[in-house]
Amino acid sequence: MRSHTKAAQGGINAALGKEPEGRDDTPDKHALDTIKGSDFLADQDAVELMTRMAPECIFELEHWGCPFSRTDDGKIAQRPFGGAGFPRTCYGADRTGLYLLQTVYEQSMKRSVKEYQEYFVMSLIIDEASCRGVIALDIRTGELVPIAAKATILATGGIAWIYSISTNSMINTGNGMSIAYRAGVPLKDMEFIQFHPTGLYPSGILITEAARGEGGYLFNSKGERFMERYAPKAMELAPRDIVSRSIQREIDEGRAFENLYVHLDLRHLGREKIMTRLPGIREICLLFAGLDPIEKPIPIRPAAHYTMGGIDCNSNCETILKGLYATGECACISVHGANRLGGNSLLDCVVFGKVAGLKASEFASSIHNGPDQALTRSLLEREQKRVAAFQKGSGTEEPSTLRDEARVILTEKVGMFRSGQDLEEALGQVRRLRARFSNLRPLNVDKVFNLDLIRAFEVEAMLELAEIITASALARKESRGAHVRLDFPQRDDERYLKHTLARYTPTRPKLDYSEVKITRYKPEARKY
Amino acid sequence: MNKNRDGAVPLTVLRYSPGNEKTPYYQTFEVKATKGMTVLDALFQALDTQDHSLSFRYSCRSAVCGSCAMFINGRYRLACSTLVSELGHEIIVQPLPHLQVIKDLVVDLNLFFEKYKVVIPYVVPSKLSPEKEWIQSPQQRSRINDSTDCILCAACYSSCPSVWTGKNYLGPAALLWAYRFSTDSRDSLVRDRTQVVGSEDGLWRCHTIFNCTEACPKNLNPARFIQSLKRTTTKETLKAKIPFLR
Repeated sequence: MRSHTKAAQGGINAALGKEPEGRDDTPDKHALDTIKGSDFLADQDAVELMTRMAPECIFELEHWGCPFSRTDDGKIAQRPFGGAGFPRTCYGADRTGLYLLQTVYEQSMKRSVKEYQEYFVMSLIIDEASCRGVIALDIRTGELVPIAAKATILATGGIAWIYSISTNSMINTGNGMSIAYRAGVPLKDMEFIQFHPTGLYPSGILITEAARGEGGYLFNSKGERFMERYAPKAMELAPRDIVSRSIQREIDEGRAFENLYVHLDLRHLGREKIMTRLPGIREICLLFAGLDPIEKPIPIRPAAHYTMGGIDCNSNCETILKGLYATGECACISVHGANRLGGNSLLDCVVFGKVAGLKASEFASSIHNGPDQALTRSLLEREQKRVAAFQKGSGTEEPSTLRDEARVILTEKVGMFRSGQDLEEALGQVRRLRARFSNLRPLNVDKVFNLDLIRAFEVEAMLELAEIITASALARKESRGAHVRLDFPQRDDERYLKHTLARYTPTRPKLDYSEVKITRYKPEARKY
Repeated sequence: MNKNRDGAVPLTVLRYSPGNEKTPYYQTFEVKATKGMTVLDALFQALDTQDHSLSFRYSCRSAVCGSCAMFINGRYRLACSTLVSELGHEIIVQPLPHLQVIKDLVVDLNLFFEKYKVVIPYVVPSKLSPEKEWIQSPQQRSRINDSTDCILCAACYSSCPSVWTGKNYLGPAALLWAYRFSTDSRDSLVRDRTQVVGSEDGLWRCHTIFNCTEACPKNLNPARFIQSLKRTTTKETLKAKIPFLR
């Protein structure tokens, strides 16, 4: 109910074939755009499944009551988005995430799905090499409880809060990924972090791509529409990796305002269009920047936005651990490859949320008993000891300091432009932070709503994932999608057209690779 | 803003840990204000650097998730979208009033959500769904404008005198949602819903005090939706009693 999905704004892609502009759009064209956008790292069978299921999933949401914006003839309206050949993005004003999450929540109430609100999952219950539920902390009572399950689906979101300049919710700390990783499930393609071109300056709060989809322009301090230099055809609607890098170049080369940000100008769209299509953006600008985009341009800069990588799973959302599924941003299926297109993340959630639900319930009906009780008790005790150890800590390190340092290191050295040297340094620094984490000050011992304890567990996961992201980025000696190595500026299909896998070992992540599934679309140069 | 030593701003929080403490008390922290700092940022600074036992809810920090509604300097606001620089010489943060405190700024919203669930808060179409989408004209869509934008933060509920005095009263948020679904051109359950909201603990306990409208951090107008729902409910009731109106 309070998840980061709610903050999604611009929309959700589906080739609905609407008259007149989208008449010739098809799921195949949607797949090609997605694969090209992914810089050919996406698994093509999964992409084709997603784009094929997209229209039926959109109509299902609409039948459930999702308040989409409408065309004059009463159909679901669609708008242009970056990297797409057609206006393909369905939307509800600029509050699409809020509406989708609300709609799905409504359906869960209608079906009396039992909720466990405000539980923090600590670890998985693994019995005979299959996942049989979780051990969770009831935040409101402070008690650790086992929750037995025949099938478990992780839908815990991304990790872009690990960057100090981020569009993300503060809860996007990667704990779900970390839990799966420690249970032996590999994390895939973690080096691919998307930077959204338009994070509001200075907070990083998201200004939707729809602002450009509706016709917004980007200007530098010289008054130039600088996208002419980088993507003369697509201009502001080139894919996100390209627009973000272009903005950062303008900033780095001294053509930014106060050397920090460029302008997103909506003024020429007029009051009417801004009020009806982008009311949420206007609200955000008024609240957080004290300006009205009807009258003034919006100060923006790129901000960490989306984790293309995640828990390794196949297009049935199955992980290598029986009974454990992953979906949404925490999963890497992979449909986004090296760079996600705008409007495809909500689609990923909706399509593969459904797939995960169907597959998990099929699996659940084949299980007839609960996990071993003695095992569950011992796992519960293990977590109790883990909590107690944190609370009795004898060190001096402040977890929030370690977190803040990690966030700055990642932004400065594992950001949009990377180099072997920076990554080596960052890896060393992150490892030192992890070492310092074992020397924490004693944590608060309160039972009820103990934020100090929960946030320390979050920092533990963040540091673990920071190491994986950095190590994966260091090992990939090429530039592809969102991962740009200044020392290896070209894409290298011969050596790196493959997924990175990071596996848990008690000391350091072990890196490995797996094949990219290619069906029909041969890798080619990306031009926009 | 009253900046004491080194640009410090006093942040006073109403603290309470039921079960451990007999009465609530105020504690004042000194936070270092930075450019663009919000009340939520200030609370985190207090938690991280001064008192590790402070409790509050948070998630998106961009005014959409609905977690951090609080009573700040005498007004209902979201902590994440309230700038410290706009608050004058002191910051006083209290939990949402008239609700049970779980810990410090965290209140019990169970009853709030139960009441919301009572109004059948989802669209129920009358016929089998079409193959594609239901046709809904922009005019029909505009009738539910704004009512779709509630983030369930409970500020309105906490501000409503009819809620304070009537434990079972559904309250403004639940009624807003009842309006939202009853007004959707795809829905067929207007009558069932008006029976729920027309009951003893329903919308007739709204005395148009408009606190909800003033409290809403999303600038929605629950009072207007409730008034409209009163008209719908009256019509439906008359239709049921007077056959020729059907």
